Parts: sequence; structure tokens; C-alpha cells
Amino acid sequence: MITVESVTRKYGTFTAVDDVSFTARAGRVTGFLGPNGAGKSTTMRVIVGLTRATSGTATVSGRRYVDLPNPGLEVGVLLDASAQHAGRTGREILTLAQRFMGLPRHRVEEMLEIVGLTPNEASRRVRNYSLGMRQRLGIATALIGDPEVLILDEPANGLDPAGIRWMRDLLRGYADRGGTVLLSSHLLHEIEVIADDIVMIGNGRIVSQGTKNDLLHAAGTVVRATDLPGLQSALDELGIAATTSEDVLHTDAAPALVGKVALEAGIALTELRAADGAGLEDMFLKLTAASQRDGAAA
Amino acid sequence: MTAIAADIRPIAAAHRIPLLRLTQVELRKMFDTRSGFWLIASIAITAVLATASVILFAPSDQITYSTYVAAIRFPMAVILPMIAILAVTSEWTQRSGLTTFTLIPHRYRVITAKAISSIALGIVSVLLAFAIGALGNLLGAGVTGTALVWNMTLTESLYFVLGNVLSLLIGFMLGVLIRASAAAIAVYFVYWFLLPTIFSLLAASVTWFRDLQPWVDFQYAQSALFSFEGALTGEQWAHIAVTGLIWLLIPLTIGLGFVTRAEVK
Repeated sequence: MITVESVTRKYGTFTAVDDVSFTARAGRVTGFLGPNGAGKSTTMRVIVGLTRATSGTATVSGRRYVDLPNPGLEVGVLLDASAQHAGRTGREILTLAQRFMGLPRHRVEEMLEIVGLTPNEASRRVRNYSLGMRQRLGIATALIGDPEVLILDEPANGLDPAGIRWMRDLLRGYADRGGTVLLSSHLLHEIEVIADDIVMIGNGRIVSQGTKNDLLHAAGTVVRATDLPGLQSALDELGIAATTSEDVLHTDAAPALVGKVALEAGIALTELRAADGAGLEDMFLKLTAASQRDGAAA
Repeated sequence: MTAIAADIRPIAAAHRIPLLRLTQVELRKMFDTRSGFWLIASIAITAVLATASVILFAPSDQITYSTYVAAIRFPMAVILPMIAILAVTSEWTQRSGLTTFTLIPHRYRVITAKAISSIALGIVSVLLAFAIGALGNLLGAGVTGTALVWNMTLTESLYFVLGNVLSLLIGFMLGVLIRASAAAIAVYFVYWFLLPTIFSLLAASVTWFRDLQPWVDFQYAQSALFSFEGALTGEQWAHIAVTGLIWLLIPLTIGLGFVTRAEVK
């Protein structure tokens, strides 16, 4: 579990992270979502002690990160896959982590296999790696100590679609076995397909957080029916705001309620569902528009 | 999770990573890149070249063991500090510190491990230089037909080791203080070549500075360690202590303050 409490980080007069609080729970993937420069990376660096918080605290499994005696065995961290000595081979970088943590030597080859780096690739120097290969190596370094908590900053960057799928399955399986995963992204779709909980940040402040289902729910219900105008007026009578555009009705009410209204009005529904990604995307853009550099264009 | 035996983790996770292990890994990191490997290899290579040039070019009446050792000193005074600089600065310049300081969140422990491994490497290098110098002395005496002279006492040898460790530590200090490879190396050259030149020019032209020089010029003070003229006097030790405080310990302390506080990006 990761607990961030009222963390603020200021650079002079600029506040990069402003009173951020959230919890990433065990057994769940927590998506840290926000546009570039929103403060995601700074928050993550504060959690692992690379950046000092101006105020507030962050704990991992109930302890401050610096108080972990051998942090690699408890928290796997990948903040920037390119931050490696370009002259070392992939295998060597993994070996250094294995040595630091005091792990058995065979872990290195095991991890290379898990992240899909061939022995040949592992013998190449990192300067010749693609970003995707660096991400795989970074994931291997994060996982080698078999930690219970993973903190990954934009891990899908540079991965091809198959790699993204692989990463998603890996993290899903990891959380399903009881691990805590905190991963950041500036891409809504990525977070949407993998996260159980979402923390949205813009301009250093948390703008929204909750389970993905709740956030989807908040975005409302999409309905198609044989008699849409009839359904619209039935909802209007009950004071439930709804808008119809073309052949789709959109409302903030829950699907169950809309279904009940339709049943009583005797209107056959052809489709009834919670607003999907498009709804979340609307919310993401709306919530972050103010903090985005090109807010209007979004 | 991918099962390292469940019995390993709780035990290992409860114990702080021992300093010995950190030092071993830091030592490994000095060798595991091509540039690092060749930099260290260049100690042996330049020691052989320096030895060869003594045999070829030194006047035969000057060919003694200390001549070889003194010749080897020149490349060592550049290479050892480079090794120490890069051991520290690569964490920032190559950004590997993002991983290192995450795996070991106590940065002063990493820096301590780097200091110990650098000094250990420095001492081994000096011992290697002694050995190469000795071979050169044997070979030189054979080739030139001059008498074989072993004119270094144990004390002088220890001074030589200490002097080289001090040069290495200057590099280390600059690495800690500047934390950028190119800049730290550039400043080292200023420190080691330009500053002493300025001091000696000053001493030559300004009378009152002449008496002050041993107390402010680190290299001048250290040169006693390389003069092979027997034991140092108390005053000479005081010169080394005072200049070492000014040029090594104070900036190192400032640098350590930066390292432990600065953000790692």
C-alpha cells in the first residue's frame, strides 16, 4: 500500500505538487493520470525519496521509503527507463541490482526471460536499446527483488502494441496476486484499460479520484430506445436531466434508474449501458483543460 | 509474484544492505563499462610507457628505482582522479543515480562506498606501479649496464601511496561537489595544473606570499610526499593538513551537503 498525505513540492514560487493525497491499495492497479507537467513524476519521486517534499508525507507499506532497509525487496521502482549508464549491458544493469539487493544470481536470467529480453539482447549495451527494450529492462530491475509494491512512471512509453498488452497482463496478474501497482500515464486509454482506481492530477492538484467504475458511473448512462422522445419526456417528468443527440440519449442518472423509468413508461430499450471510455475521456479533458497548455485545442 | 523463495525475502528485507556489499558493487561499476575498463587499464599501460621512457631517455646516472616511480606518478596523477570523478559523476551525468539512490536511499552510504572502492583501487594501482617500476629497474639496469639502485625506503613508499590517494580524493571531492563529468574533469585540470602555476608565479613575484605558499598551495605541500627525501617534518605535515583542509575537506563537506539534499532527476 502506498499512502500519500498532503504532499506539496515547491520550486521557488512555482508549486509543482500542491497538497496531493491519495492511497494506492494492495491488490489493485492505481492509475495516476494527468497531462504532461501535471506533477505525476514529482509526486512519484517524493514517494521514493529522490525529491524532498516541501511538506506532507508519503509512506510505502506504512513506512517512509528511506526507512526501508533494503527497498528493492519491497518496492519495485521504474521512474525513467532511459536513466541508465549507456555503456553497460542490459544484463550488467540487472546484475548490479541483483548484487545490491543480495539476491541469488539466477534471478538475473529469470527476469530477462520474464520481460522478454533474449540473451543476445541482454549482452548488448544499453545505448543500442530501443525505448521499448529499456522499458523491459527497467521493469526487470523493478521486479527482480520480488517486491509487493510497484511504482512505474509512464511504463508503456515506447512499447509497441504487443508490448503494451504484455505490460498490461503482467501488471494485472501482479495486482491479482495481491501486489500494489501505482502507474502513471498521460494517456487516458492506457489507464482506462488497466487501472482499478484512478487518481487524476492537473496543475499539481488532484482533480478527481476514485474507482474506475465510480468515475465511469459519474460520467452517466448511454441509452438507445425505439421511442427516444418518449423516454426523454418520461425522464423530464421525474426531473432527471437528459440530453438527446441523434439516436442516443445521455444522462447522469444510473443505468438501473433509467431502465426502471423506461419500463414504467413502456418504452423498449435497444441499448442501456454506463457511459464508456468516451465519457471518461470527456471528463479527463474537462478536468484537465484548465491545466493543459493547449487546453482550448483539446 | 515470481517466487524467490519465500524464506529469503523477509530476512533480507529486514536487513540494511551492508556497506561491504555496496563497496563491492561500486567497485564492479568502475570496471563494467568499456570506458571504465580502459581508464583503469590505462594505469598499467601508461605505467609501462613511463617505465620504458625512463629506460630510453633518462641519463644513465639517474636511473634508480625512484626515477621509475616518479615517472609513473605523472600519468597516475591524472588517471586516478578521473576514475574517482567518474565513479561519482556518472550517477548524475549518465542518470544511473535514479536507480542507485532508489535501491539505496541513504545517499551518504553510496558515496562512502564509492570513496572506499576508489581508494582501494587507487592503492592497488600504486602497488601495481611499484611492481612495474621494479621490473623496469631490473630491465633498465640490464639494458643500460648501469648499477641496480633500490633507493626507496618503506616510509617513502608509504608517502607515495598517500600522495596518490590524496590526488584521487581531490578528484572524488570535485565529483561530489560538481556532479557533472565534463565540468569536474575540467575543474580538476584547473586545480591541478593552473592553480599551482599561479601560486608559484605569485611566490616568485610577491615576497610576502613566498612564506605563505606552503600553507595555501595544496600541491606544493603535497610535493614533499614525492620528494623521496626521507621522513617529513612536523611542519611539512602541518602544511599538508592545512592545505588539505582548505582544498579538500571543506569543499568535500559542502559537496556532501548538496549530494544528500539535491533532487535526483
